[in-house]
Amino acid sequence: MTDTNEHQEHAPQVSTAKLNPVAKFVRATELDTRMLGMVGALILIWLGFHFYGVFFKGGGVFLTPRNLWNLSVQTAVTGIMATGMVLVIVTRNIDLSVGSIVGFTGMIMGVLQVNILPQYLGLGHPAIWVITVIVGILLGGLIGCLQGWLTAYLAIPAFIVTLGGMLIWRGAAFLVADGKTIAPVDQNFALLGGGPYGAIGSTGSWIVGLLGCAVVLLLMYRGRMNRMKHDFRLRPLWAEATVAGLACGVLIAAVLVVDAYPWPIGIVKAYAEAHNISTPPSELFISHGFAIPVLILAAVGIGMTILMTRTRFGRYVFAIGGNPEAAALSGIDTRMMTVKIFALMGMLAGLAAVVASARLTSATNALGDLEELYVIASAVIGGTSLAGGVGTIYGAIIGTMVIQSLQTGMVLIGYGDGSYRKIVVGLALVLAVYLDIIYRKKTN
Amino acid sequence: MSKSGTPLVEMRDISIAFGGIKAVDHVSIDLYPGEVVGLLGHNGAGKSTLIKCLSGAYQADAGEIYVNGEKAEISNPRDARSYNIETIYQTLALADNLNAASNLFLGREIVGPGGFLDDSAMEAETRKILARLNPNFRKFDVPVSALSGGQRQSVAIARAVYFNAKILIMDEPTAALGPQETQMVAELIAELKKQGIGIFLIEHDIHAVMDLCDRAVVMKNGQRVGTVNVNEVTDEDILGMIIMGKKPENAV
Ligand SMILES: Nc1ncnc2c1ncn2[C@@H]1O[C@H](COP(=O)(O)OP(=O)(O)OP(=O)(O)O)[C@@H](O)[C@H]1O
Ligand SMILES: [Mg+2]
Repeated sequence: MTDTNEHQEHAPQVSTAKLNPVAKFVRATELDTRMLGMVGALILIWLGFHFYGVFFKGGGVFLTPRNLWNLSVQTAVTGIMATGMVLVIVTRNIDLSVGSIVGFTGMIMGVLQVNILPQYLGLGHPAIWVITVIVGILLGGLIGCLQGWLTAYLAIPAFIVTLGGMLIWRGAAFLVADGKTIAPVDQNFALLGGGPYGAIGSTGSWIVGLLGCAVVLLLMYRGRMNRMKHDFRLRPLWAEATVAGLACGVLIAAVLVVDAYPWPIGIVKAYAEAHNISTPPSELFISHGFAIPVLILAAVGIGMTILMTRTRFGRYVFAIGGNPEAAALSGIDTRMMTVKIFALMGMLAGLAAVVASARLTSATNALGDLEELYVIASAVIGGTSLAGGVGTIYGAIIGTMVIQSLQTGMVLIGYGDGSYRKIVVGLALVLAVYLDIIYRKKTN
Repeated sequence: MSKSGTPLVEMRDISIAFGGIKAVDHVSIDLYPGEVVGLLGHNGAGKSTLIKCLSGAYQADAGEIYVNGEKAEISNPRDARSYNIETIYQTLALADNLNAASNLFLGREIVGPGGFLDDSAMEAETRKILARLNPNFRKFDVPVSALSGGQRQSVAIARAVYFNAKILIMDEPTAALGPQETQMVAELIAELKKQGIGIFLIEHDIHAVMDLCDRAVVMKNGQRVGTVNVNEVTDEDILGMIIMGKKPENAV
């Protein structure tokens, strides 16, 4: 085996000596250059909006804890679904119905928790939100199952099935309550949408952040041990340290930001009164901390990343995308896989409906309107190839952040009108895909 | 080569048509342990289609398959694998976006505790088997789309050989290989033969057939022209069968 290693280092393609420092850094750390590019673009967008404010609006408001916190919450709904859309697009399908599934499951959950469950359990019963969430996710999964089955077993193109689904579920969402808005949702359920009470505070955020750091370090350690075990090439120690430092740094920075955003004074007052706190509210600094929807997105992102990179299921998703025929010849049940992928997409749409309706504290039949377009755009901006076979979960989430940043940024610099925002997002989508094409040409 | 006893595989009277085209028309072939049977014929003769019925890629419209004398139901590639039938497809059947190890283990991944993929173990195994087949192979951590035709073929061969096949189907396995790699495949075939594995070898190169095969089956327009013992005929005879579609006098 040592022999193999020697050969590796003398591999003809690239000799490290000739590379410039940046390329050397990327090679040693094995960081994904595409991800670095996306993060770079995101930072540029943030700085751009912030300094536009500084120079032309008498003060930058983009890079403030308040805005970044809101941005994180706004990313949740689209981001949750974008992770599922990656699987759908990687297997060369598309799901146009996710926005309507949000509307339909949102309405069903609204009626369930407002009109039905309280009758049996009593208003505000802690089981209400649990049952509602489970029903919403399962219903979304069922719809996805049906659409996946039509696609896989009856060979109706996914584009058509889900285009039909988009109309059907939106129509059904209206019929659930004859177009009426269902409000207010259960108070526990509402916490899943964020807001001052729907966030975990300073201590909680530190626990999450440090736990995250610990997991990063543990995974990197285990990865290194594993490479040693098989005699594979190791990353130099300085590169390991840099990667670990970057990952933990981002986590801790995130904690500092969300902890720097205090509750508004009104809420603090009410809270102080309710808890008999004698300190005057103006002197109390109560941090928001991570919002619950952001934690949901993080959990979904981690879960989906594990699914895609560490399980057979994920391997088969990529194999089907790369060569459906080869996948089938390898004994993969490609049709069943399609059903499962659409079911998963539906479940994530149900979960997104939970967050979206909880955030509004109401359910309307317009919930998630046009959301499918932003979900698809997020996945594609994040590097998911419509030709299939290529895509990452983190890419889709960064893609969502890019879109959300553009949207909020436009509002903050005074172009909040919907039409400007649509134009900017549309331009960004086309530009991102063009850059991706150039990138792929260069790297291949 | 003793052809007494039960054959490893027997395909009896296999027929399959694609929208009116009889791709395989009442063909019977058999294969004994430790035997290499060559399948020859012009392009479109039905060779690949015939063996795809054995590998589970297609289901024959008519005919039966026997493995070790017992009737086998092969309705998908998983069934075929459960009979220890491994196939190197003419198209190689690789997922271009995955690396060599992922392709080699596709559908049969090594998983560690918790059912999670053990990628390093798979890569280590892939390095071992490929070192035997193609010592110049280096590109383990790139998608196979970045490999040359011959390198891709090496991956496909490694996949068929790795899982202890009893019956091996090789559809033009050396089509893209250089002389050295072709030689290694020839040695591999001889070695597998010694282990008692039966091999169907589809091959256009008559000399390779003469060198490697015990028997040769010639097909034309979906039908079997005839079967010959390779040591009883000349390459001219076989060529004649392929072109004229007629059996020579001394064929079995
Ligand atoms: N999936 C399919 N659908 C329709 N026709 C097919 C299909 N597969 C094969 N055929 C037809 O069946 C016939 C036999 O094809 P096959 O691939 O078995 O030929 P072959 O002997 O392997 O040829 P080659 O030497 O070129 O590989 C051809 O006429 C081909 O067009
Ligand atoms: Mg063929």
